[in-house]
Amino acid sequence: MENIIHGIFLLLGLITVGCVLLMTIYLIISGIPAIREVGLFHFLFGKEWAPVLAEPKYGILPFILTSIYGTAGAVFIGVPIGFMTAVYLAKLAHPKIKSVVSNAVSLLAGIPSVVYGLVGMMVLVPQISTLFHIPDGSGLLAAIIVLAIMILPSIIKMSLTALEAVPKDYEDASLALGATPVETYFRVSVPAAKSGIATAIVFGIGRAIGEAMAVMMVAGNAPNMPSIFQSVRFLTTAIASEMSYSAGLQRQALFSIALVLFLFIMLINTALNFFLKREKVE
Amino acid sequence: MKKICLALVFVFSLVALVGCGNKTSGTVSTDGSTSMEKVISALGEKFESDHSGVTFTYNPTGSSSGIAAVMEGRCDIGLSSRYLKDDEKEKGLTETVLALDGIAIIVNPANSVNDLSLEDIAKIYTGEITNWKEVGGNDAPIVLIGREAGSGTRDGFESITKTEDACQYRQELTSTGDVITTVSNNSNAIGYASLASVKDSVKVVMVDGITPTEATVKDGSYVVQRPFILVTRADEKLSDTAQSFFDFAVSKDANEILLDAGVVPIK
Repeated sequence: MENIIHGIFLLLGLITVGCVLLMTIYLIISGIPAIREVGLFHFLFGKEWAPVLAEPKYGILPFILTSIYGTAGAVFIGVPIGFMTAVYLAKLAHPKIKSVVSNAVSLLAGIPSVVYGLVGMMVLVPQISTLFHIPDGSGLLAAIIVLAIMILPSIIKMSLTALEAVPKDYEDASLALGATPVETYFRVSVPAAKSGIATAIVFGIGRAIGEAMAVMMVAGNAPNMPSIFQSVRFLTTAIASEMSYSAGLQRQALFSIALVLFLFIMLINTALNFFLKREKVE
Repeated sequence: MKKICLALVFVFSLVALVGCGNKTSGTVSTDGSTSMEKVISALGEKFESDHSGVTFTYNPTGSSSGIAAVMEGRCDIGLSSRYLKDDEKEKGLTETVLALDGIAIIVNPANSVNDLSLEDIAKIYTGEITNWKEVGGNDAPIVLIGREAGSGTRDGFESITKTEDACQYRQELTSTGDVITTVSNNSNAIGYASLASVKDSVKVVMVDGITPTEATVKDGSYVVQRPFILVTRADEKLSDTAQSFFDFAVSKDANEILLDAGVVPIK
């Protein structure tokens, strides 16, 4: 009996591993041909993406840079807000406020990305347009703001957990030595929770770089080189927006983009594992 | 309980028998225009459900490949979203217009522009005209909304306005609904969408003084339109199954499906 159950669990575990392997192999096999045909250098550093021209151009540098800038922007806005919120909730907030805010954050995490996109499209984009006096508000800035809000819940929740896990003795010791509560939180609690917070940030980066739906609805999707008010296309949206009608080399090139995106995400996951391991050691 | 079961079995066998009555086996293969995907898939599905045992295939390759495929006998019916060229007709192909696809040019309801010439539309989309005041509107920059590369509507719009590969899109959206929503939200935007899917939240502009309607598309006075064509070989008869699909597609019975798919039927 014990053996059978063991077997079942092993099988279930193997299914997950099998899926990952299958997808990796499939992505590599279907992503390589277009890169070979276009040339790795031209593919990664080409500045123009025009797959339906008589002489098609397959350069994805605009997408790569947009994804990096967009994610960096979202982290730049989202991390300070998320981190401060977590510190406030963990240490300063009244229990009632804490429960209200925590619930709101959980709710934020549960909203589907298409809803973020829709609200962004209907509310944020027109606002940006009037605020900055530009004809169309969709673009990198709108995408950054939407992404920043989308990564907030994971940053807050994970940082909060890390901060709450800091032993009370540390803080008591600091307070007993005459430090003010705020000094204690920033000098003692936060450093003690730093690997947990780092994990939260990397997790947020992963979420931001992989988001497609919400971004597609607010970024404008023209394959331009990124600039703050420019209509841009991310790695994810490049795949999503052209997949339905593509054929031939165009479709293969989309798989190659997926491969590049996959490598980015692997990189982020490796970083995530690194922080998680360090946390365990500590 | 047993009685109900028996009754059910009886009903099912009756249904099965009725299904048998209409049985034609065989395949219908179509090849060509990606823009016709929605139309031809809808027709194919209906045909398959009406004739059990028939396999309907559609290979989305593009109008020219579809025409080549039917010429070389690689498919029964070729699909083209442009009229045949003379040299293609000389090679023994005939065209049957299935439906007309009208593309509406839409602007925000707040926009004072009501009428644009085809030339102006082309100039707007290629970036030669960048301000609404140049075409009689307010002093505001024009925001160009379009569809993603590979979309049938984009292909249709660009080929009719002769702006292929030259459009300076501000936004490339992936569905007609997104284009309409975006245009309805931005007072400076202009976009294009299949005529049948246009809603009241946007204003349809006249092109060369003609308002796009089913009637003006049909009589050809509204110019931003293209035909959806079935291409067959003139000297060779279709297989029975393919012929019955062809007859069904061009018959009045198909009108509702065509209208649902957003095109204007001919009959």
